[in-house]
Amino acid sequence: MKCFIGIDLGSTTTKAVMMDTNGEILGRGITNSRSNYDTASQVSKQEAVISARLELCHRALSAIPEMKELADDMLDALERNFRLELFLNQLDDLQQTCLHNGADLRHADIGEMLAQALNETFERMKSELSKLFAPGVERKSDFFRDLAGSVYMTQAEAVAEEIGVPFDVLINIYDKSIIETENRPPAEDLVATFLRALDRVMGEHDDLPIEPQAIRELVHTTMDIELEETYVVGTGYGRVRLPFPKEHIRSEILCHGLGAHLMYPKTRTVLDIGGQDTKGIQIDDKGIVVNFQMNDRCAAGCGRYLGYIADEMNIGLHELGPIAMKATKNIRINSTCTVFAGAELRDRLAMGEKRADILAGLHRAIVLRAISIISRSGGVTSEFTFTGGVAKNEAAVKELRKLIKENYGDVTINIDPDSIYTGALGAAEFARRAVAA
Amino acid sequence: MAIPTDTEVLKDSSMLLQKQMIAENYDELTNTAETGKKISSTFVPGNLNELVMCFDMLNNLPEINAINNGMRKKSGMMVMQAEKMGHSEDVCTYVKADIGSMSKGNIAPNGKPMPNPDLLLLSYTGCFTFMKWFELLRHEYGCETAMLHVPYEGDGIITQNMRDYVVKQIKEVIIPALEKVSGVKFDIDRLRENLTHSAKAEDDFVWVLESAKNKPSPIDAYFGGVYYIGPIFTAFRGTDKAVSYYKMLRSEIEQRIAEGKGPITPEGDMKEERYRLVVEGPPNWTNFREFWKMFYDDGAVVVASTYTKVGGVYDLGFRHDPTNPIETLADYCLGCYTNRNLSQRVDMLEKYVNEYQADGLLINSIKSCNSFSAGQLLMMQEVEKRTGKPGAFIETDLVDPRYFSAANVKNRLESYFQMIEQRRQSARSAA
Repeated sequence: MKCFIGIDLGSTTTKAVMMDTNGEILGRGITNSRSNYDTASQVSKQEAVISARLELCHRALSAIPEMKELADDMLDALERNFRLELFLNQLDDLQQTCLHNGADLRHADIGEMLAQALNETFERMKSELSKLFAPGVERKSDFFRDLAGSVYMTQAEAVAEEIGVPFDVLINIYDKSIIETENRPPAEDLVATFLRALDRVMGEHDDLPIEPQAIRELVHTTMDIELEETYVVGTGYGRVRLPFPKEHIRSEILCHGLGAHLMYPKTRTVLDIGGQDTKGIQIDDKGIVVNFQMNDRCAAGCGRYLGYIADEMNIGLHELGPIAMKATKNIRINSTCTVFAGAELRDRLAMGEKRADILAGLHRAIVLRAISIISRSGGVTSEFTFTGGVAKNEAAVKELRKLIKENYGDVTINIDPDSIYTGALGAAEFARRAVAA
Repeated sequence: MAIPTDTEVLKDSSMLLQKQMIAENYDELTNTAETGKKISSTFVPGNLNELVMCFDMLNNLPEINAINNGMRKKSGMMVMQAEKMGHSEDVCTYVKADIGSMSKGNIAPNGKPMPNPDLLLLSYTGCFTFMKWFELLRHEYGCETAMLHVPYEGDGIITQNMRDYVVKQIKEVIIPALEKVSGVKFDIDRLRENLTHSAKAEDDFVWVLESAKNKPSPIDAYFGGVYYIGPIFTAFRGTDKAVSYYKMLRSEIEQRIAEGKGPITPEGDMKEERYRLVVEGPPNWTNFREFWKMFYDDGAVVVASTYTKVGGVYDLGFRHDPTNPIETLADYCLGCYTNRNLSQRVDMLEKYVNEYQADGLLINSIKSCNSFSAGQLLMMQEVEKRTGKPGAFIETDLVDPRYFSAANVKNRLESYFQMIEQRRQSARSAA
């Protein structure tokens, strides 16, 4: 089947959306941009292909009346097992890379002990991390680097002490290896991995209403559907790195405008807070950009600001919003300079202010800046859509709703749970239109 | 405006002539110890070159030196040197490049030290920084200073009272100061002769600027424009050299039109004209070529710009008039772009977008230039409203390389060009 792919190469994450000829979304994929856009774009595309395959399986299973109710569960199990397979493969790659880097001559005197320590660490990691793919477990991140990194640190520290090798050597080996592993383009045989995962799932279900073989064949058939990359459009900061001709590249402003229009056709103003820039975009009734404004010279008040604050506070990026939601008091953070915000943060902490209250103030500081960009682009006159990674942060959303109401009254505010894919969605639609035209 | 030396860059004959003129001028400036000529330092907007030449004095323009240093990638160190001396990060970077250059021996592009000025001739035309800049220079050089105070066109008109005020100062302050420093007696006929040269060059200059109304435009009126304004905005206005330069330039452009060619770029003739833009604000000098490339690579040509009017708004009708020599100098100063109010600037931009059939207005807002930047966003919105054409806003700096972020500028420009294209397609499909 013909597929149209949009890839949004952001400064923090790379997103891909796959679309069919009718403009229906088949799959979405996301990965960290890892300063290597070639790999990031391949990985995100592969993720989109995986999610498209799952979607096709879901469609096929749901079409069988007896399977209709079970389809969701089956798919969930299939995805979990499939992810686990992929994850374990990558973990194995990381282990081999670590062993290879550990065998470096610099460590010749402790070579054997290092290998032993690494193998032991990875054994423990495997059992720890496999648990993350059990039913109902919520993962803090879907990125290999995040999941592997946190567990490696705790396990390696314990193992280092038990075996008697320096912990910092283990860290150095890991730091070097994770980059190599992460930047190796995916070389999986997806279909084979899918089928292995399917076998596991089938093994867990002995009460299927139809013959397991029939399900296997059905999944086989969907796996055999060729997903043809009919047209790919790239957008985002890394777009120039894509091995595409110029006509396959669109500015992210246009893509976000069109993506927001597809999600909410009545949208006239789009705010996108990404990693490095904040964009205020005005669009018409066809999703065509009529005006835009972006942050100038400096990325204060962008998504990366929150990343910095999370690092400063030694907490996860995903934890910022929930903590800030617990605020009971308004604290003013005046600086939108990212680095100065760190100083303000420590100053407020020293004055005895609560973390939640300070974080709420920081979220407000970001949103205030976004509001200024929106007003420069022409303000909010009608339906408003908020997109980008920061749209997932409930505390930022709360402040935004408040400030939009204060400035522009009661306007409809749209926030899609998949808003991070808005740019990639617009790009996929540009790809579809390029062929249709 | 000196051209950075680079043998690979393609140049028209007029550019080579200009390069030679500028080199000769720097040689003259750095050779005063032998010739005994006196130097007057002054600024481009409101410069009184025809008058200065009546006293056999040479004209040195600090902004042009800063631009030169910017284009030759030397300004960054100078700006930082000035900051080390205590000048704030937000101060005009022309000023800091100048002050930094002074502390590094004030070396001219020909490698010789620039002599101290004998007179600081401040023609104050709307830029407040000019006054502070010369205050700093006076402190440094301790030389004669003369200030011509030109009233701001706050109401958008030049009244007789304003004109009289400037004329009175030229007669009572400026001419006596020039006589005193040079020891030469003022001769009004010499001034008339210089002004006659000016007017001739100005006619051809305006013809060149207006050639951008052609499709495709044979010139780029911003990136190319800064070369075209070179002689007339600097030490050559009022000379026969400038007259010949503009004659040559005009015939080159006539040739381009006849051949249906687009503008010359450092990489040869621009191929396809895809976007026609009006630009407000000075260019960035430290990454001039890189900045220009972002336009011509995408087929974007600037058909009109306000920056090419900072040394005189000739295309709106003003010409130096030899029959009223002092009054014409007053009118020239009063009408400078920097001395015009926001609504005059908006009118001008609107006129350019319409008359040059532009696709939109791009503002290059300069971080360290409050004089230009204040009100620019309002101007953009007003021009958008009046013309129905989209505007865009980018931010760079004059000669501080730290404020040129190529990736960001390119990102915004590409978005703008694609937005224009998308709107065009949408208008076509609606038709």
